[in-house]
Amino acid sequence: MELKFKLTDYRTSVHNNWCPGCGDFGILSSIQQALYELQMDPSNVLIFSGIGCSGKTPHYINTYGFHTLHGRALPYAIGAKLARPDLEVIAVVGDGDGLGIGAGHFVNAGRRNVDFTVVIYDNEVYGLTKGQAAPTLKLGVQTKSLPKPNISQAVNPILLAYASGYTFIARGYAYDTNHLKELIKQAIQHRGSAVVDVLQPCPTYNDIHTKDWYAGKGNVDPKTGKEIPRIYKLENEGYNCVITNDMSEEEISKKIAQMIIKAYEWGDRIPVGVFYRDLRFDTFEERLEKRIPNYKAYPPGKQAISNREGYPIADISKIVQSLSV
Amino acid sequence: MLNFRGHSWLIGGAQGTGIERGASIFTSALALWGYRVFGKREYYSNIMGEHSYYYVRFDERPVHSHIERYHILTAYDAETVFRHSLEGVEGAALLFNQAHKSTKLASIHTIEERLAEDIAKRLGKQVKDVLLSDILEEAESYGIKVYPLDYNEILSKVASKTKETMVSLARTNNVVAVSASLALMGYELDSLIEAISYVFENKKRVVDLNAAVAEATYEHVRSKGYDTSFAIKLRKLNRNGKLLLVNGNQTVALGKLVAGCRFQTYYPITPASDESFFLEDNEIIDLQVTQEDFPVIQESKILDSTGSIVVFQTEDEIAAITAATGAALTGVRASTSTSGPGLSLMVEGLGWAGMNEVPVVVVHYQRGGPSTGLPTRTEQGDLRFVIHAGHGEFPRVVLASGDIEEAFYDTIRAFNYAEKYQLPVILLLDKYIANSLVSIEKLDVKKVKIERGEVLSEEDLLKLKSLNEEYKRFKFTETGVSPRVFAGTKHAVYWATGDEHDEAGHITEDPVLRQKMMEKRMSKLNLIEKEVPIDERAKYFGPENPDLLLVSWGSTKGTILDLMETMSKEGHNLGFLQIRMVHPFPENFVSSIIGNKKWVIVENNYSAQLGGLIREKTGFVPTYQIVKYNGRQISLDELYIAVKRVIFGQAPKRQVLTNGA
Repeated sequence: MELKFKLTDYRTSVHNNWCPGCGDFGILSSIQQALYELQMDPSNVLIFSGIGCSGKTPHYINTYGFHTLHGRALPYAIGAKLARPDLEVIAVVGDGDGLGIGAGHFVNAGRRNVDFTVVIYDNEVYGLTKGQAAPTLKLGVQTKSLPKPNISQAVNPILLAYASGYTFIARGYAYDTNHLKELIKQAIQHRGSAVVDVLQPCPTYNDIHTKDWYAGKGNVDPKTGKEIPRIYKLENEGYNCVITNDMSEEEISKKIAQMIIKAYEWGDRIPVGVFYRDLRFDTFEERLEKRIPNYKAYPPGKQAISNREGYPIADISKIVQSLSV
Repeated sequence: MLNFRGHSWLIGGAQGTGIERGASIFTSALALWGYRVFGKREYYSNIMGEHSYYYVRFDERPVHSHIERYHILTAYDAETVFRHSLEGVEGAALLFNQAHKSTKLASIHTIEERLAEDIAKRLGKQVKDVLLSDILEEAESYGIKVYPLDYNEILSKVASKTKETMVSLARTNNVVAVSASLALMGYELDSLIEAISYVFENKKRVVDLNAAVAEATYEHVRSKGYDTSFAIKLRKLNRNGKLLLVNGNQTVALGKLVAGCRFQTYYPITPASDESFFLEDNEIIDLQVTQEDFPVIQESKILDSTGSIVVFQTEDEIAAITAATGAALTGVRASTSTSGPGLSLMVEGLGWAGMNEVPVVVVHYQRGGPSTGLPTRTEQGDLRFVIHAGHGEFPRVVLASGDIEEAFYDTIRAFNYAEKYQLPVILLLDKYIANSLVSIEKLDVKKVKIERGEVLSEEDLLKLKSLNEEYKRFKFTETGVSPRVFAGTKHAVYWATGDEHDEAGHITEDPVLRQKMMEKRMSKLNLIEKEVPIDERAKYFGPENPDLLLVSWGSTKGTILDLMETMSKEGHNLGFLQIRMVHPFPENFVSSIIGNKKWVIVENNYSAQLGGLIREKTGFVPTYQIVKYNGRQISLDELYIAVKRVIFGQAPKRQVLTNGA
């Protein structure tokens, strides 16, 4: 079968100025591959980013692309999605961008369950400003350019997403693009707010959690003497955390407890995959539709507002009447 | 009595006890008889208990401002009597609850120490010795007529008729106060009951109860013979149809519905949020379309002939402006409404919209600043802020409406400017416009047409494709305006970035491109100067050669127009120059009006910001300044005195007005 869109349809000719070996390349190609495999019309896709290395992503993808303000990709994206719920909206954010300066937006987006996807480029540092500690850098860790070890605790993106109300929460690894692409596809297809936290080594400023470290450097199996990769896939170990309406409170609590244990796991074993899917809640758009019956059929971005002669077509006479004596 | 047309009514009580509702019954009753009203609301940043009051000026012909000296004061708590009694004109009526007669000034904790001392000083006493009866005596010595009402007796009668308890009837004190003042002026009880049904939306139980209170109050006032002793009488006027009673939050909201704004964001803030609430209340929009209009609408069908507006409450004002901008990228007319502290947060979003030429409309209701300032009080302190807000330089339009009615039309124009010139537009209003109430005959929904500027459709893009041309969002053009494509339109994609960018919207730091892009964006201001009719930017009222020229902007308009009328009767011909578009500034027109006239700048702020702006743009310096910055709007009566001093050569260069409770 001939596909309507080729992989190259999702690429631009813009010169990419990320550092050689940057994990961002893996995320970029996973997004492009996911859009290609889902055969999404590029003009139907809106990608929003904030500021930092991740912020440049939209320029490299041949869809509508908006490189917005530091920390603000989410409200821009949500505004667009609510105006045109028929479009596919993706926000790509950095860890400092999304979980530091933009943390308030991240939390509040979760509360709403708007049908969109958030991808977090999680490398624990502020790359573009030369390696300061990001909110995901653990306490006491001293990456290359830090004058002193990190004095603050790290935020856990998986748990923050859960506490905020995201209904799809996954973690991927930038150098496993096949796996990451699948996660992004699932996130896009999920009905509601989806987060994919992507572990993404920064080859320039993060000399602690490097590609080699994730690959198992220093994690030697005492029996075989071989290095064991730190990253493993949740789905390979029978993990599954899908919450549905027909589950009992007890079942749900058990699932969530299991998710929390996995979310804390770090060090010699780091899980990737889908941590959490919650199918119990309507999306924000569905809630709107209950109030405005033709919201999806006739959303804000598609409404006509004037007639042939240019006069407004809104008829406010009933409201005016109610204010008249 | 005063030289101004009409009369001034004042009601006061504790916040949360129905002051606004009372005023609403009063204004509705007057409108029902064809009177024109202007109402001004004052309240604390407080939910319950602090002093709240409401002025209504009314006349047979339209009135556009408030007068502080009252003809009728109706007070249902003691605090109101202490605060306002002495503001009456000679012959004014003061209605109060006689149970408060021996209330001590010192027992009222919501009166500020400074004020208590001022009151006591005026009476020649110590604060601890002042009783309510003392201030009543003082008022009587000014020629104010004092009318004690027995609230207890009135409500006891209602209680026995309706089975309501006295405790629950306490919430109808406001209706006693309103009814008594209307009875005093010979207003008919039946009409009052009609007004009550209107205000309580015909909810039978509530209407019946309040009607019973009104009736008992009327009996009480008549039994005392008060109604025969007061000179001001109302009469039923001939009227052509109904009168619309609206505040500025409502006319802006209605303007947005008519303009086609279909996406509104907000974060709660006084005095802006009521506009968003009003929109949410009316989120489903009736449409008037004919069959011939359908081709315009294309792929979408109008189900049940209704449109809708999504009103989105965000987590903060940064999200409010950025979500509105995100929505605007898809082509919807989008807006947000806020006040000073909110706009301070929105500034970075304003810059992004400016940089990326996104039409977004921000309605900014000024209140007293800086910081939290005076959350519920008015000021015009943000003119300089809104024309400069943001780092770097980008084009914007700032409109300042002069009154509640003008705000309706300006709201529609704001969206037209935003889309035609692809830039953020700030509609600069204030608490006085947001919360005041005015009676108007109608809102003309056909007065301003919808102009969306240049937008490429799917067909246009297909044509472009067939010519092997790529769509470029920021294409260099002669006018500086590049045709827009709504994000999500088939057969195109484009990019946008807060970084400097090339025509396609990709980042560039190239000096040549940077310069061209700056010039492209900024040149749109010249285009606006060329295209927007001057009367949408500034307006001159008055004779060609006035005795004195007043120059102002925003909500002082009504007061100045009312003043001109009053003073012309006294033989003084004033001119008034109203600046309506404060950015880009209409400097040629302003220069031509000022010329070599003697002129006064009138503003509700400390530094006469418009005066400074005029000096910057034209070189003209105001001969006199009249400013006020105590959080209370310049009133007609105090402006009258200030302007008269200027005319008679008795005014200092700068007069600071201080009235207001």
